[in-house]
Amino acid sequence: MRKAAFRYVAGATAVAASLSLVACGGGEQASGDFDGEVKVGILHSRSGTMAISENTVAEAELMAIDEINAKGGVLVDGKKLKIVPVEEDGASDWPTFAEKAKKLIDQDQVAVVFGGWTSASRKAMLPVFEAKDHFLFYPIQYEGQECSKNIFYSGAAPNQQAEPAVDWLLQNKGKDFFLVGSDYVYPRTANTIMKEQLKANGGKVVGEDYLPLGNTEVAPIIAKIKQALPKGGVIVNTLNGDSNVAFFKQMKAAGITPANGYSIMSFSIAEEEIAAIGPEYLEGTYAAWNYFQSLDTPASKEFTKNFKAKYGDSRVTSDPAEAAYMMVYLWAAAAEKANSVDDNKVREALIGVSFDAPEGKVTVQPNHHVEKLVLIGEVQKDGMFKILENKGFVKPVAWNQYVPETKGFTCDWTQNRPDAGKFKM
Amino acid sequence: MDLLYDTLFNGLAIGSVLVLAALGLAVVFGLMGVINMAHGELMMLGAYTTFVVQNLFKNGPLQGIFPLYILVAIPLAFLVSGLAGLLLEKTVIRRLYGRPLETLLATWGVSLILQQFVRSVSSAFVIGLLVAVALGLVAPRLLPRPWGQRRWAPVLGVATWVIAGLVGIALASGLGGVRVLDQPWFSARNIDVTAPVWLRGSVDLGAVNMPTARLFIIALTALALVAVHWFLQKSVWGIRIRAVTQNRSMSDCLGIPTETVDALTFLVGSGLAGVAGVAVTLLGSVGPNLGGNYIVDCFMVVVLGGVGKLLGTVVAALGIGVLSYVIGSGSLLLVWPAMPAGLNELITFFATTSMAKVLVFALVVVFLQFRPAGLFPQKGRMVEA
Amino acid sequence: MAKWRTWLPWLLLVAAGLILPAILPPFRLNLLGRFLSLGIVALGIDLIWGFTGMLSLGQGIFFALGGYAVGMHLQLLALPPGELPEFFGLYGVKALPAFWQPFHSPLFTGLCIWVLPALVAGVLGYLVFRNRIKGVYFSILTQAALLVFFNFFNGQQKLINGTNGLKTDTARIFGELVGSDAMQRNLFWLTLVLVVAAWALCRWITRGRFGDALIAIRDDEPRLRFTGYNPTAYKTLVFAIAGAMAGVSGALYTVQSGIVSPQYMAVPFSIEMVIWVAVGGRGTLIGAVLGAVLINYAKSLVSEQLPETWLFIQGGLFLLVVTALPDGLVGWWRQGGPRQIQAMVGWPPLAPTYPGLDLDPAVQAEREALGSIPGGAP
Repeated sequence: MRKAAFRYVAGATAVAASLSLVACGGGEQASGDFDGEVKVGILHSRSGTMAISENTVAEAELMAIDEINAKGGVLVDGKKLKIVPVEEDGASDWPTFAEKAKKLIDQDQVAVVFGGWTSASRKAMLPVFEAKDHFLFYPIQYEGQECSKNIFYSGAAPNQQAEPAVDWLLQNKGKDFFLVGSDYVYPRTANTIMKEQLKANGGKVVGEDYLPLGNTEVAPIIAKIKQALPKGGVIVNTLNGDSNVAFFKQMKAAGITPANGYSIMSFSIAEEEIAAIGPEYLEGTYAAWNYFQSLDTPASKEFTKNFKAKYGDSRVTSDPAEAAYMMVYLWAAAAEKANSVDDNKVREALIGVSFDAPEGKVTVQPNHHVEKLVLIGEVQKDGMFKILENKGFVKPVAWNQYVPETKGFTCDWTQNRPDAGKFKM
Repeated sequence: MDLLYDTLFNGLAIGSVLVLAALGLAVVFGLMGVINMAHGELMMLGAYTTFVVQNLFKNGPLQGIFPLYILVAIPLAFLVSGLAGLLLEKTVIRRLYGRPLETLLATWGVSLILQQFVRSVSSAFVIGLLVAVALGLVAPRLLPRPWGQRRWAPVLGVATWVIAGLVGIALASGLGGVRVLDQPWFSARNIDVTAPVWLRGSVDLGAVNMPTARLFIIALTALALVAVHWFLQKSVWGIRIRAVTQNRSMSDCLGIPTETVDALTFLVGSGLAGVAGVAVTLLGSVGPNLGGNYIVDCFMVVVLGGVGKLLGTVVAALGIGVLSYVIGSGSLLLVWPAMPAGLNELITFFATTSMAKVLVFALVVVFLQFRPAGLFPQKGRMVEA
Repeated sequence: MAKWRTWLPWLLLVAAGLILPAILPPFRLNLLGRFLSLGIVALGIDLIWGFTGMLSLGQGIFFALGGYAVGMHLQLLALPPGELPEFFGLYGVKALPAFWQPFHSPLFTGLCIWVLPALVAGVLGYLVFRNRIKGVYFSILTQAALLVFFNFFNGQQKLINGTNGLKTDTARIFGELVGSDAMQRNLFWLTLVLVVAAWALCRWITRGRFGDALIAIRDDEPRLRFTGYNPTAYKTLVFAIAGAMAGVSGALYTVQSGIVSPQYMAVPFSIEMVIWVAVGGRGTLIGAVLGAVLINYAKSLVSEQLPETWLFIQGGLFLLVVTALPDGLVGWWRQGGPRQIQAMVGWPPLAPTYPGLDLDPAVQAEREALGSIPGGAP
């Protein structure tokens, strides 16, 4: 009996040990063409609700890595380094993002992490990156009001998406605004900013409502819109994910359409989402982004062509994919400029680095955001955008100047001061 | 007055979706006492069937009658979800009758598998799966018969399935190298189900403007209710189902095939989930997570209505529908603009869709304090509920 | 032999507490600590499900309440006096909401971590049990309650920072950052001690007359009632105890994860908790802890390698445990499962012919007495 028990324990230990070896080991040899390799982390939700959106972003990052490797990798210190992506799954769960970020930094010792989609996942990872003084590239347009030393934001700040869009609506479409959003931090904060902006510029908020993430019962919201805007007006939509489908399907059914005098501006609907919702429902609505697939430049066409060649002809490119693609290149350029992959040196070198992205030449600013092209487009029958207005390149503002609490504050990481992340101008 | 009609119609619209979604659950739970947590995923299968039917109609010879695809999708979805439910009953639930808590956990496991299945299903995956199942079923027959008598027969049985599974996985990953076979059928993305044009507009009925999609769902719900009522009350099998529900052993003695009755009940309940799946494609998104959005609501409807009573299910669903609408849209403020400040604040606090859900659920839980058996409790004297 | 059996587990435990922090990298140690803290909530579920037969799908409520209590305290601790946590500024909140005030005090927080969940569980339980709601109805009601709490916490940005949750890593306890490796190691030890304490508490509860009453409720509640007991009181009490344990577990999990968010109240997470107990073995106590640690470790390994397959594995595990291993791993072990397999593969274990006789204390005492006589039988 005792012997038998011992055998089981020994067997189990052996199995556990081999499992952990499999998990911890697995270091590959550098291939012949390279002099070494550098690990980078890719941390997106590959399962759960957000997988729908984040898969594309991860694919764009992997594509950029493959392209850089095909051109000979990152040239640092006279050595050609191959970029090796370490992929992790955030599982659409914010604490898991924090856990996996720790794992990438401690266990895999990656040089940098590309990851996140929802603001909640970024906010969950932020303390990990600050505590370990490591750094994260975040590719999504977001609500601003943040400027971390340890994060680079390659998506739009509010003044590169929401603010110009609202200005455009005020000039061209009307003064009465109804705000609809998902119930989490991005829509809440973006709407706070928009309300201040409208107050300052003579617009009026006639109503606002929030839907829990994933909820599809939008009848009460539609009733509220009809009450508040019986004769048409402007609707600003910051819904995220599944709710959009229900929202547009039922808006169409209720007759709240561009044809009836409603101008609908969405901040989270890109080409990818249009394909999932169906262009029939979205035709004639507006969106503001920094990149559209229909952008007619050689770099943009090249990007779309390569993406389709890699992932299938039916696929489309979009703003988040472009931002994700560009941030990998920005990091590689900074590493070459710093002549090192050490995170602190790369971080310093990043400011001022430029890259010819599909949207045009983008440059990293001292506040860790990127100067970006601002475009306003209208959804067409084929699911693409017609560009109505090109506002040119706009410099990012991290701390919003409409909101009284942050008015007058700025962020500049080139300055050597303890409060460089947020100080009075 | 307009407001009243508006509220009634919108409440009816929200409620009818709940009725349709909960109807299948009410049949399965009410008649068999089985908690099927995979009910939402059966709805999802119905929605995916709609997607496939729509794509068949989009191109090819059927293009001319594209607007009618939804009418074809309904019976097909019933069939697909019903057969999936039947398979579930025959393989898993059958072993667990009389153990409701275990059924709950097992069906939750099934729901996870179904969710991931629609995400990763590809031709290679299906081929691997079919080969594995076929191998697992056939292999034991090919082995020498006396082996079945040996004491290590169970180990052999497990081993054949493990080997069959490994062969399946190896085959699937091998075939995965071929691009055509590796392409996922649906992928993790949400898919686009476009309603035909006649379901996208709206109709003005007097003061209220009614979306046709909502009217369609209300009609579909009414039809499903009538059909289920007729089936249970008038048809031969319906009478047998009710007999088994009331007294299983007596029915058995009288020659009613109880196993067939169980399977049939489950098939009908699951099929209704499929029909509900078709209906929700008109309203919202279609994706692997579709089921999770409805399942808890459905259970609340069934429990609130009283188990085993269709009328209860209907009243409960409509009640929840109207209440969610009234609270969520803050209509009370319009009726009574001069209400005291405190009350006003309270109503505004709950006047968002998410807070309305909190309040409605809390009210249901409170209501069950006074009527633990729901709105329409089953009559009878029993120690055990 | 008997002595060896009593002290070996303790020795292993102490050894684990001393050796593991030295050999595991900080990340793995942190994971282990978190999974161990989940063992406490699993113990609570074992108490109410394994022993009392009530399947709660809402333990996430109490888990998250404990987590939020500690999260709020650490938020306030991380601030210079007089300032508000940063997120309030985003929503235009100017003054600290009243219910935050007491969380300045560590003592209050320490109490709140387990008293508050216990109170909520007690009230909820009393209302439900008073009406003799049980079985699947109880499960569905707890799930509905879970959804109410989830939606509330998820939607209240202005009170509790909604979906984002509260972060704890940047606060300092005794001058040490909560997120630092040294602090995390201390928290690992604390977790280990508390898991053992929780296990001892459960064992003490289930061993006595109270435990007998619980098992009676599980096996035949009406009969217990007819014999003059009041099951409602027992059920309410044990549900409150399980709630308190969930709260402690949530607090420990929060400080080791660095964040508490409404995701802790998501429906799937609470069902997962039940499955840890089912896999480990319900009604076995130690099985609950083992199940929690093993499954979560497996999950974290699988999701590092093949994230797509985890749902298949998890779903398959549910089915397997429910249909083939109803008593879980520990139950299977205790009922001689390994011996059966040994016998099947033709390697039968040695079994005493008359186990009853061999193991009878009187017979053993006699044999020892015989052995001590010089020249007596061997």
